[in-house]
Amino acid sequence: MTGRAIITFENVTKRYGRVVAVDNVSLSIDEGEFFALLGPSGCGKTTLLRMVAGLETPDDGRILIDGQDVTQVPPNRRPVNMVFQSYAVFPHMTVAANVAYGLKVEGVAEAEIAPRVEQALKLVKLDGYGARKPDQLSGGQRQRVALARALIKKPRVLLLDEPLSALDAKLREQMRFELTQLQDQIGVTFLIVTHDQDEALAMASRCAVMNKGLLQQVGSPSDLYEFPNSRFVADFIGQVNIFEGRLDIDAPDHAVISCPGLPTPVYLDHGVTGATGATVWVALRPEKIELSGRKPGSEPPKMEDAPQGANIVAGEVRHIVYLGSESLFEVELDGGARVKALRTNLTRWDQEDFAVGQPVWLAWHACSPAILLN
Amino acid sequence: MAENVEEPWTQARGMFASLLAGPVLFLFAFLLAPLAIIWGYSFGHTQGLKDIVVDGTFANYAHALNPLYLSILFKSLVFAVLTTGICLVVGFPVAMAITFAKPQSRAWLLLLIMLPFWTNLLIRTYALMAVLRTQGYINVFLGFLWNSLSHLVATAHLAHLAPFQPLDLLYNNFAVILGLVYVQLPFMVLPLYSAMDRLDRSLLEASLDLGAGHLRTLFQIVVPLAMPGIASGVLVTLIPSLGAFLTPDLLGGVDSQMIANVIERQFKAANDWPFGAALSFLLMYVTFAAIALQSMFTPKRGRR
Repeated sequence: MTGRAIITFENVTKRYGRVVAVDNVSLSIDEGEFFALLGPSGCGKTTLLRMVAGLETPDDGRILIDGQDVTQVPPNRRPVNMVFQSYAVFPHMTVAANVAYGLKVEGVAEAEIAPRVEQALKLVKLDGYGARKPDQLSGGQRQRVALARALIKKPRVLLLDEPLSALDAKLREQMRFELTQLQDQIGVTFLIVTHDQDEALAMASRCAVMNKGLLQQVGSPSDLYEFPNSRFVADFIGQVNIFEGRLDIDAPDHAVISCPGLPTPVYLDHGVTGATGATVWVALRPEKIELSGRKPGSEPPKMEDAPQGANIVAGEVRHIVYLGSESLFEVELDGGARVKALRTNLTRWDQEDFAVGQPVWLAWHACSPAILLN
Repeated sequence: MAENVEEPWTQARGMFASLLAGPVLFLFAFLLAPLAIIWGYSFGHTQGLKDIVVDGTFANYAHALNPLYLSILFKSLVFAVLTTGICLVVGFPVAMAITFAKPQSRAWLLLLIMLPFWTNLLIRTYALMAVLRTQGYINVFLGFLWNSLSHLVATAHLAHLAPFQPLDLLYNNFAVILGLVYVQLPFMVLPLYSAMDRLDRSLLEASLDLGAGHLRTLFQIVVPLAMPGIASGVLVTLIPSLGAFLTPDLLGGVDSQMIANVIERQFKAANDWPFGAALSFLLMYVTFAAIALQSMFTPKRGRR
């Protein structure tokens, strides 16, 4: 999806004393996107969001909303609205007064306000709650009030600061779905900040991963998951096994990496852009590792110089974490390295097939590992 | 024994009662009992120089309702309300400034607010007199400015200014109000600060984000949410102002007497304890009325 840029960050930097919260970030978010800023706490994602709202001012760089430089525009004159992490629902006003606040401020006629408030409350499934006070609402309902209050302003971009972090697990799941549905329905660009990678993957059409103020990678959820560009991104999103290694062979159609932690070299069915002999990291997701009790070998890797049995290592089960739909195995390899492998529990008896201490074999496709240069 | 400590006081009634006995006895002996005696006196009359006969007369109250005393009571009320109003208007921005100051400077600013408490009221009042009197700092400074200006104008052959007339800043109602504001301001600032400090900043940000300006945010978000603090600030300023006697005594003029000065005179110079007692209780009733009003204006939700 490449539409018109609605938010553009141009070399935006923000410092707090000596701490650089946001470090020279350039990023463009398109109209209609559900864009997630993802990163650990303190990575600068919230600062970036607050700079869009105008609640923080960048020390360097520019922020454009809809092509207009808003860097110096105060928050009350920006065409964006925010759902705060604490929801910030005014406790001394009724739900309806909260939702109407933004319209009253604009000077919208009273006669027009009431139907629009009703409509906004309906949108967030709170019709009939207008007369209640916030302290009579649950956390999830307060969040809906905050949503309605922001959306009634018809913002160009809706900013959401960790919107689901205060909800319990079940409700969080439901709100993820509802937020994406809402965004589909009204078509407003959503910019969401979250530290929860599942949340970002589930909701966003595109994500930016941040660390220590720096933009690490921008891409679709599957890009970030399957093609991370750094150990940080690979590790932050999902579970991963990372092995340090050396690039031994790098041909256009295959590559071989020897890892001290693995008993056999890693074979790839594609080339790597790196100098031979360079240090690289092999990232392998647990679900891409096939775990079996017998030595696999039926399917030889489709590569010229890959010996029979490449990308197959033997080990012993150390831990089993039963997760219901799947089980996470920690396997100690012959070399001493520990590898996590995820196995779907295809039948109801699957989890009984393996026990701690049992010898197992791990195998993966030559296309599965992601090779990281930093 | 750890378990005994964990036991709620509702169950350890004996322990609770024995701990409570001291304070209750103290309050009874030194507050309620004397108050009861004074209340009794207010229904009596003096006999001779030192005897008081309590005979259930309402004469003291009738006397107290004399327009002369009512007007002094009314003036005291006006002074107290004015003082409270000025304290609120001055104290609100101060409390806000402290709330929004950097955390490391906040403690220092609070210390500055509380610093006057470390000095005796009498000394502070005399210091204020030194500032306000005819030859005080303000007049000396103004005189210096005036004389310099006068000198300049004279050298430029423009005009001859009259000699400086010191301003009458002391011994009048202005001085009393100023003194009361000076004494009471910290009592206003502290509750306001504590109310505003509890305010969730994101509420203010949300208001701005929804398009409101700073003034609207102040009056529609900050003030309503700080209402419990405003109410208690008003109360702790109003009541002591109403009963002030040192400040009007030292800073006031002949017409600046407040009700507490009259009461003091009844107990001392006039030696009419029953009448003083009646006036005291009238003042207390007015104070109770103020508290009742305050509780009516404090929203029930204020208890957070």
